Amino acid sequence: MAGKTLYDKLWDDHLVKQRDDGSALIYIDRHLLHEVTSPQAFEGLRLAGRKPWRIDANLATPDHNVPTTDRDKGIDGIVDPVSRTQVETLGKNCDEFGILEFKIKDKRQGIVHVIGPEQGATLPGMTIVCGDSHTSTHGAFGCLAHGIGTSEVEHVLATQCLVQQKMKNMLVKVNGQLGEGVTGKDVVLAIIGKIGTAGGTGYAIEFGGEAIQNLSMEGRMTICNMAIEAGARVGMVAVDGTTIDYVKGRPFAPKGETWDAAVKYWRTLHSDLDAQFDKVVEFDGSEILPQVSWGTSPEMVADITGAVPDPAKEEDPIKREGIERALKYMGLKPNQAITDIKLDRVFIGSCTNSRIEDLREAAAVVKGRKVADSLKQAMVVPGSGLVKEQAEAEGLDRIFVEAGLEWRDPGCSMCLAMNADKLGQGEHCASTSNRNFEGRQGFGGRTHLVSPAMAAAAAVAGHFVDVRELLNPATGEN
Amino acid sequence: MRAFTQHQGLVAPMDRSNVDTDMIIPKQFLKSIKRTGFGPNLFDELRYLDEGKPDQDSSQRPLNPDFVLNQPRYQGASILLARSNFGCGSSREHAPWALDDYGFRVIIAPSFADIFYNNCFKNGLLPIVLEEKIVDQLFREAEAEEGYQLSVDLDAKTVTTPSGESFSFDVDDFRRHCLLNGLDDIGVTLEDAELIKAYEDQRRQTAPWLFGAGQ
Repeated sequence: MAGKTLYDKLWDDHLVKQRDDGSALIYIDRHLLHEVTSPQAFEGLRLAGRKPWRIDANLATPDHNVPTTDRDKGIDGIVDPVSRTQVETLGKNCDEFGILEFKIKDKRQGIVHVIGPEQGATLPGMTIVCGDSHTSTHGAFGCLAHGIGTSEVEHVLATQCLVQQKMKNMLVKVNGQLGEGVTGKDVVLAIIGKIGTAGGTGYAIEFGGEAIQNLSMEGRMTICNMAIEAGARVGMVAVDGTTIDYVKGRPFAPKGETWDAAVKYWRTLHSDLDAQFDKVVEFDGSEILPQVSWGTSPEMVADITGAVPDPAKEEDPIKREGIERALKYMGLKPNQAITDIKLDRVFIGSCTNSRIEDLREAAAVVKGRKVADSLKQAMVVPGSGLVKEQAEAEGLDRIFVEAGLEWRDPGCSMCLAMNADKLGQGEHCASTSNRNFEGRQGFGGRTHLVSPAMAAAAAVAGHFVDVRELLNPATGEN
Repeated sequence: MRAFTQHQGLVAPMDRSNVDTDMIIPKQFLKSIKRTGFGPNLFDELRYLDEGKPDQDSSQRPLNPDFVLNQPRYQGASILLARSNFGCGSSREHAPWALDDYGFRVIIAPSFADIFYNNCFKNGLLPIVLEEKIVDQLFREAEAEEGYQLSVDLDAKTVTTPSGESFSFDVDDFRRHCLLNGLDDIGVTLEDAELIKAYEDQRRQTAPWLFGAGQ
């Protein structure tokens, strides 16, 4: 019998019941909640007279609607009354049912996918769900983690289970070493550029290979975060020493003998050598260059040394039309060099890239430099209050502010512009977030997805520039 | 949940692949704490020429005459014909809520994004996957013939054209069963409450670190 994949192991360990019709009941260890996708679920519970099945499996925080300024005012700092109601509703629901919530003034508040790992509420081998598609982030810890809709939020609250169909297994292997200035973000954008935004549909993707193994937990989280942008609800990385070192000592992590027992189990959370995958895609890590998205879908990416594509060269009529539509929306010309794209704003933050390592990488680039005069705004939004505290302890905030970037309070912010941080019509933004869809960062806004280091370099230049030239000016290609 | 058995309705063809859930319902409308009322803002940025805001009377807003749902011949459409990877991106269930509130009962496409596909079934909305060449044919027919309607039978798993041509589709048995009977799947799961408790008891013994941390 062939060995098991990591996904097979996680599935088997959480299988409560296999039904005859092919569906299965899967137990959920951790449920994360935020204010946008939970109110209707709590309301549903109340209407049906149900109670949460297991209170201690839940952890909540407001993140999508929170302002990134004036946080000392707490909820009163939310100017938009509709946003304020949503944040207040989360608070009331959590208080009513006794669910732990890091409220807006708690320094542990932050983006839900940043605080889970930070607190050790994300532990290897868990099943983790949240009403947010970027829940795939937690797969970096060898978890089975994915986004769900609000009906399923209610289902998990009421039953601690989900009805699931087993997905297929895909291995995305990134061999070799990454070059200088190439990060997890560039790797995942390059992967999506190749397999497409539906390439992972129906699959659980495991990311493996030397380049992935050499990444920090932050880098792995960035990659798993964007598995959904390749169509896969689930992205995963096997547990290794890097995983266990990251988890150790965190507030929710086990201690003493329980820790030892947990580590023993966690060490088994990798695909067996003879495991069979339904699909394998391989990349040479040394060939991946810093990436920039030029279009309105995360698969529309190019190397920093490359150019905007020419739709006339695309043979598939549906793809050609997609490119034409994207270029029109983005205000770009065919064959335009990526480095010729001028920017209006720069956003460093989001559940993809707002952790301490991301901020360190951005700070290293802007240190001693200034943001280009042509920019309207460049902002850094840390992923949590604790990331902010850590960054300030390291002096990163001063580096950003001296360079001319704004240093904000934690939240989802301009990734989806549900709070006051947004793009104006036609503005180009270098953004470390995960989606470049039309209107995502503001009505008519134009998003370019990049790594934190590339966003920082773009802030200094006012247009896209190869970050490797700034990191190492003497050996730069140009 | 509202049951779905059979449906016959007017078809609106939306000729665009990778329609994401941000496009189906933009973020400013996600601030609502209700499940209803999203219909006027379905495809907001494609449908109107101005920027939509929550709590606004959309009937007074300038319409984009080029957008398919604004064309007179597609008024009252209840079957959306779409292209591949429909519903990609955000997990927001507001997307099926908006489609449902607008009046759609069925969406036909060559492929759907996983989370969106799943969310549809929770709301009595039926997503149907048909082969690309069949979808191409339906696009041609729907665009050529005004008032083009399709008949969908979930029990028989068929889509039938006005000429009587019938196409079969697949849907997994559990989802079909819940939709046909309008079942509350939380209620179905709770029938196995004893099994869930037994699983939990066993995990408390073998993996105690999974319990109690969040209190």
